Amino acid sequence: MNIIEIKNLTKKFEVEGNTVIALENISLYIEKGDIYGIIGMSGAGKSTLVRSINYLEKPTEGSVLIDGINLSGLKEKELRKKRSQIGMIFQGFNLLEQRNVMGNICFPLELIGMKRKEAKARARDLLKIVKLEDKEKAYPSQLSGGQKQRVAIARALATNPRILLCDEATSALDPQTTTAILRLLKEINETLGITIVIITHQMSVVTEICDKVAIIDGGKLVESGLVEEIFESPKTDAAKELISGKDIRYTPVKQLNTQSTIRIVFKDNSAYEPVLANAILKVGRPINILKADTQNIGGKAVGEMILGLPSGSENSDEIIDYLKETGVIVSEGPKNE
Amino acid sequence: MNEQIINMLAEGIKDTLYMTLGSVLIGYAVGLPLGIVLYVTAKNGLCPNSFIYRVGDFICNIIRSIPFLILLILLIPFTRLIVGKSYGSTATIVPLVICAAPYIARVVEAALNEVDTGVIEAARAMGASNMQIITKVLLLEARTSLIAGFTITTGILLGYSAMSGTVGGGGLGDIAVRYGYYRWQTDIMITTVLLLIVIFQIIQMIGTRIATGLDRRKRKGN
Repeated sequence: MNIIEIKNLTKKFEVEGNTVIALENISLYIEKGDIYGIIGMSGAGKSTLVRSINYLEKPTEGSVLIDGINLSGLKEKELRKKRSQIGMIFQGFNLLEQRNVMGNICFPLELIGMKRKEAKARARDLLKIVKLEDKEKAYPSQLSGGQKQRVAIARALATNPRILLCDEATSALDPQTTTAILRLLKEINETLGITIVIITHQMSVVTEICDKVAIIDGGKLVESGLVEEIFESPKTDAAKELISGKDIRYTPVKQLNTQSTIRIVFKDNSAYEPVLANAILKVGRPINILKADTQNIGGKAVGEMILGLPSGSENSDEIIDYLKETGVIVSEGPKNE
Repeated sequence: MNEQIINMLAEGIKDTLYMTLGSVLIGYAVGLPLGIVLYVTAKNGLCPNSFIYRVGDFICNIIRSIPFLILLILLIPFTRLIVGKSYGSTATIVPLVICAAPYIARVVEAALNEVDTGVIEAARAMGASNMQIITKVLLLEARTSLIAGFTITTGILLGYSAMSGTVGGGGLGDIAVRYGYYRWQTDIMITTVLLLIVIFQIIQMIGTRIATGLDRRKRKGN
């Protein structure tokens, strides 16, 4: 069942008399219980997209349905109620600086008129989930970035939402803290069954916890599907760039003379065989490793390599055929510029 | 200094405090809502409304561009209408309030503008209404700046209340003008100036203490 349905969504902004199209005809279906990644470079429109899900941004065209209910049909008061059932966390944490941790977590409960005592009890339960029981009386300025985001998560969960929106929630954190926060999100998804939508520009965030991913480029949805599938064989340039990184273009590929590049992905047992060495022995020509990386996708280690092939199309074809035989996934590499 | 003069100075302090606090409180009763309205209706506010904003903005600018002493004289008929007379400390409160309210509105608007827009967005995402955002987020998050603004405003009104002494406003300013200026009694003038300095210092000290004491942003450790 789709808990979030985005249909033909277009968002236009008027900037100094010019119309800027931030999002163009986006359709996206997110199932209950998913951890759904929405990834794109900065300026791609992904923040606008996540803000459309709780109608902080009203779409110019198209519709957003939560649990089958079209948000455009709701009155202001009903919309506010709906929003209180959708949690949201942010890159900048956005905690109330003048309230302590307890006050921050009780805030959304105060908004819906819960009694103080009840709210406090609920807040203590949440502090246990985010493992900050001892910070109840601390003020945000006394907390680290990771702790602030934990408070923000507890606050977002206070009203028992069924959806949690994360807008670049880990972008301001260091790698270790990012991993810890992502683990916490995964735990929340598994134990509470909350659907999570994650906006990010980092592929590592997507591969680490998302089941599905949508790639946004220039305001358009260019690719979407299971993370595993898109990682193995990305179709669009935007996807390739997000997966393999842009820096590959700065390696001295040009000096290696008209060679073509391919991207191979190792899975399962193919990593045990000396695949590359065998390929080199077979063709008798050198293969250049331009990039090699291992990533954790859905709990499985998956290796990725960008290879520079020797010039001459016969040799290239022979190598590609051999690699395919051994079971690694071969696709076209990033283009040289 | 004889007892008569001391009594007169004590009376002056009382009148000065009465005018200052009276005008600051009534001024806030008018200026605080006006400042909130300006913030809310501004271009990127909670509920932008360029007509209301422009009217409020215009009124504030007009009143603030009239020098206080001239405002004091201009408003004499209006003051007489409200208080029944145009001299004395109660009468002085009228022009003081009218002078202070637009200033307070600006101070409040500036303080609210300092609140991180991210926090407001978070509150909206949690389903807060505009009223809840004003009362539970804006006024609370901005309270340090609001109190600092309140202190500055009180200081300014203290000075203006003394200025009103030139046209029979009562209080320490009145004493300074009557005795110090017209009768060449320098000692009385200096005493009133010293008293004004002391009152100003006390107001500023209390204000700063409360503002920093309530601010939760900078405290580390604990």
